Amino acid sequence: MIRSEILRDIAPILDGQLVVCNIGIPSQELHAIHDQASNFYMLGTMGLASSIGLGLALSQPKTVIAIDGDGSVLTNLGTLPTIANNVADNYILLIIDNGSYGSTGDQPTYAGMKTRLEDVAPACGCANVVSCTGEDTGYVLKAAIAGGQQTVIVCKCDSGNAKMPVITMDPVTIRDRFMGAVKA
Amino acid sequence: MNISQRLVADFVANDVGFITTVPCKQLAGVIDAVEAHDAIRHVPANKEDEGMGLCAGAFMGGTRSAIIMQNTAIGVTINTLVTLIQYYRMPLPMLISYRGELREPVACQAEMAVHTKALLAQLNVPTYHFHKTADADEFDAILKYTFMCNKPVAILTDASFWGGYGE
Repeated sequence: MIRSEILRDIAPILDGQLVVCNIGIPSQELHAIHDQASNFYMLGTMGLASSIGLGLALSQPKTVIAIDGDGSVLTNLGTLPTIANNVADNYILLIIDNGSYGSTGDQPTYAGMKTRLEDVAPACGCANVVSCTGEDTGYVLKAAIAGGQQTVIVCKCDSGNAKMPVITMDPVTIRDRFMGAVKA
Repeated sequence: MNISQRLVADFVANDVGFITTVPCKQLAGVIDAVEAHDAIRHVPANKEDEGMGLCAGAFMGGTRSAIIMQNTAIGVTINTLVTLIQYYRMPLPMLISYRGELREPVACQAEMAVHTKALLAQLNVPTYHFHKTADADEFDAILKYTFMCNKPVAILTDASFWGGYGE
């Protein structure tokens, strides 16, 4: 499975949830597959989806799902110790680990070589780390939401992108409707 | 109340409830005061751009946030300031130790100090410089200004403001 197929698969689970989505093609795919006010699309700043998601989870009680990529987590690897040491049980970090930098031409990441993020996260102190296939992501995500414990999901899948339009929504509109959904 | 506690009291009076910090010897007292205050969630960050991401999330969660860092971080965070904080119009007070100014003992700090104000000006970041203790009297107004205009705002605090390096 590639990322867009996984997003299509889990879209019903994401419905109504607060979702912070990684920059580039992941956000474009989520926007095309299941746009909703409670999606926060990152238009810039590679690597910070997990940090934005954690800050959001620590500041309000609703469940927060940050959808990140292996390349973006490697860019901001310091995020994993911060997540581990500031536990928010309403926080789920879903790493779509396809071993490549999808938005820039599918160059390989180190996660697609020797580095195993499912080993890195526990080494950083993260308590609930689940590794799964693309096919099992929906089941694992549902269980994480129901479990009420901070969870890091490393979803191992194939490299590849769906061709989706660039997001043209104004960033302030994205932020404003997202904050409305947080408050609702 | 010492100067660190005064600054933190101003944060609290302006409903700042989430502060992320990256360590600095000059700011150690403020960071301790942040950690000690019950009304503030203190989340130390490993790098300043990560800290700004945390602040952006906290703000969207309904909690006013702020970052405490060194001026070297301006070099680290330009992309985050521009494409996250400014692009999405988020308020972010940045309490910054202005290393490399008068009384600085470490020569390398001067290299970033000479670029600090120029970079902030280039980014159109409103910038205030605390040199004397009385300058902190404006901190409350600066925080109100930041949350009024939804911009990142820099407060540079130099060695003279903090009483030097114990030389």
